Amino acid sequence: MSGVFVGMPAFPEAVRSAVRDERLRRNLRHATHTIRDKRARAVAELADWAELREAGKRIKDRTLRHLDAHLLRLEEAVTASGGTVHWAADSDEANRIVADLVKATGETEVVKVKSMATQEIGLNEHLEAEGIRAYETDLAELIVQLGEDRPSHILVPAIHRNRGEIRDIFRDTMGRWGRPAPEGLSDSPAELAEAARLHLREKFLRAKVGVSGANFMVAETGTLVVVESEGNGRMCLTLPETLISVVGVEKVVPEWRDLEVFLQTLPRSSTAERMNPYTSMWTGTTDADGPKTFHLVLLDNGRTDALADEVGRQALRCIRCSACLNVCPVYERAGGHAYGSVYPGPIGAILTPQLRGTASEVDASLPYASSLCGACYEVCPVAIDIPEVLVHLREKVAGQGGKGHRLEKAAMKAAGWVLDHPGVLAAGERLASKTRGLHPRKLPGPGARQWTDHRDLPGLPTEPFRDWWKKNRPADPPGDRA
Amino acid sequence: MSQNSRERILARIRSAVADAPETPDVPRTYLARHTPDDPDAVLDLLHENLADYRAHVHRTDEAGLPALIARRLEERGARRVVVPDGLPAEWLAGTAAEPVPDDRLTPAALDAVDAVVTGCALAVAETGTLVLDGGPGQGRRALSLVPDLHVCVVREEQVVASVPEALPRLDPRRPLTWISGPSATSDIELDRVEGVHGPRTLEVVLVRGARFAAG
Repeated sequence: MSGVFVGMPAFPEAVRSAVRDERLRRNLRHATHTIRDKRARAVAELADWAELREAGKRIKDRTLRHLDAHLLRLEEAVTASGGTVHWAADSDEANRIVADLVKATGETEVVKVKSMATQEIGLNEHLEAEGIRAYETDLAELIVQLGEDRPSHILVPAIHRNRGEIRDIFRDTMGRWGRPAPEGLSDSPAELAEAARLHLREKFLRAKVGVSGANFMVAETGTLVVVESEGNGRMCLTLPETLISVVGVEKVVPEWRDLEVFLQTLPRSSTAERMNPYTSMWTGTTDADGPKTFHLVLLDNGRTDALADEVGRQALRCIRCSACLNVCPVYERAGGHAYGSVYPGPIGAILTPQLRGTASEVDASLPYASSLCGACYEVCPVAIDIPEVLVHLREKVAGQGGKGHRLEKAAMKAAGWVLDHPGVLAAGERLASKTRGLHPRKLPGPGARQWTDHRDLPGLPTEPFRDWWKKNRPADPPGDRA
Repeated sequence: MSQNSRERILARIRSAVADAPETPDVPRTYLARHTPDDPDAVLDLLHENLADYRAHVHRTDEAGLPALIARRLEERGARRVVVPDGLPAEWLAGTAAEPVPDDRLTPAALDAVDAVVTGCALAVAETGTLVLDGGPGQGRRALSLVPDLHVCVVREEQVVASVPEALPRLDPRRPLTWISGPSATSDIELDRVEGVHGPRTLEVVLVRGARFAAG
């Protein structure tokens, strides 16, 4: 998989500079706290949230179990509706397919809907090298593109920027890409949104090729779904003559009806809205409405590797809502860039190492980028047990030798010493049992306290198992009874 | 190349899930709707939720519709209004704005129009959503996108309570646009701001139906 941030240090090193950046921490704290409270209220409006979550999880699991059949059905339905389906095993192939399709139109620029899949494969950079300019049209993506920056959040890639920084980026760079920012631009979000509207409108109106991802693909009908807020998605999906959608294979759902679950859970989980402002659904091409040519590029790029892992495959349920980022104490402090991937936060910590393996130091360190507090699992609208997958991936990283995480090694070394010295272990256990009444219910310190906000500390037994065993073991070892 | 990848990906999927346990049927124990079966309450909820996301909502009956549309266009200063095929002629009977028929207008030509008046396929009360499907009086998707003012007429009998009630009534073969309030963004500090690329003003006219005609 490409899309690796070049020269990216491992998570712990990357975090060290992030936590020292006070402005970054303030921006992140403000944004994530704003959204997490709103999300909780939006979710509380639905009395059947738990049932919707369970249904979403089960739909995804069932889809993944027969993914081949659903993809074939999708391909048939899209083709029957006038679309063309391409299959890309990896990012290189996907990039090549898209570049060739754009070149075949004779155009040298495309307008893009915000899409995680095209970021993952590094499509913009590839197109640039082929002489094709890709314009990001989502406001946050535009901020990232103009600022020559990297995305740091799934939903709001410029979450690390505050309004003042955004104003500066617009003022300094818009003119180089097209229509300059209005004179005297202030940092009010409404004025900034207006500046983006003016800047991008000329690009929408002349665009001949649009590139998108999709939130869902319905196998039964061949319908693609894009969920958005600003209307830039509608512009890219509707005005150009050619539309190219690059979509991960796991985004398929079997039936039209399945959308009734995700259209309720996704907006509330991601932007805390009952419904996002705009959702576009299209099936192939339609006479005299929208693009005349539609290409769907189905992307593997490591997804089938994740699918083969019986614990890790649940990460493929993800609908990219980003609720797990907004509640994560580690993400809040570290920021998105430290994860070294377009998928930051808790979901990134389990998705990235599965999509591109754990050979690099940053990828091997990702399963450790968590306190295992479990807040991510609680908010996940498709019930991905992120802590379970993290622990599973840690086992894999530790087992691969050489590249194992230093902390893990240090901890195992210490544990090994204690286990090799039974006297030390027994003394420690007894001391812990005797002092039970003094143990706090919550851990002290800001990070640790959040861990125990969501769970109690496990209680310690009245006496160590080893002591209990000495007193209670049967006179005859059980093995002798046979 | 692509053909090989197709077979390769399918083979990889089959081998990845070969030993996976069979998955049981999906439990659909969630609610079909969250709102009591009372048309007045459902209409009120639609009104409330549309307004909550900064749409401007008005109510009228069939007879009052032309005058109300004319007033909305006039107050917003709309001089040219694009007319989708199949829009009932009487809807625009009261307006002084110049009607612009959709003769395959280019995006740039559409950008020079001030407003669009459309009907819809249905509306969803619980989420405050209008769904357009390109049917008569709705036009192709660009019409309700490029002009800065969208006036959308919803008849009472087009209102459903919930998303699960909406999907079976929609035809997935038609291009569908779900609209919940005017264009918005949360991209600056995760704070919602209305008005980016889609119409910055959404006026919704709820039309009371035959239920009230007798009274």
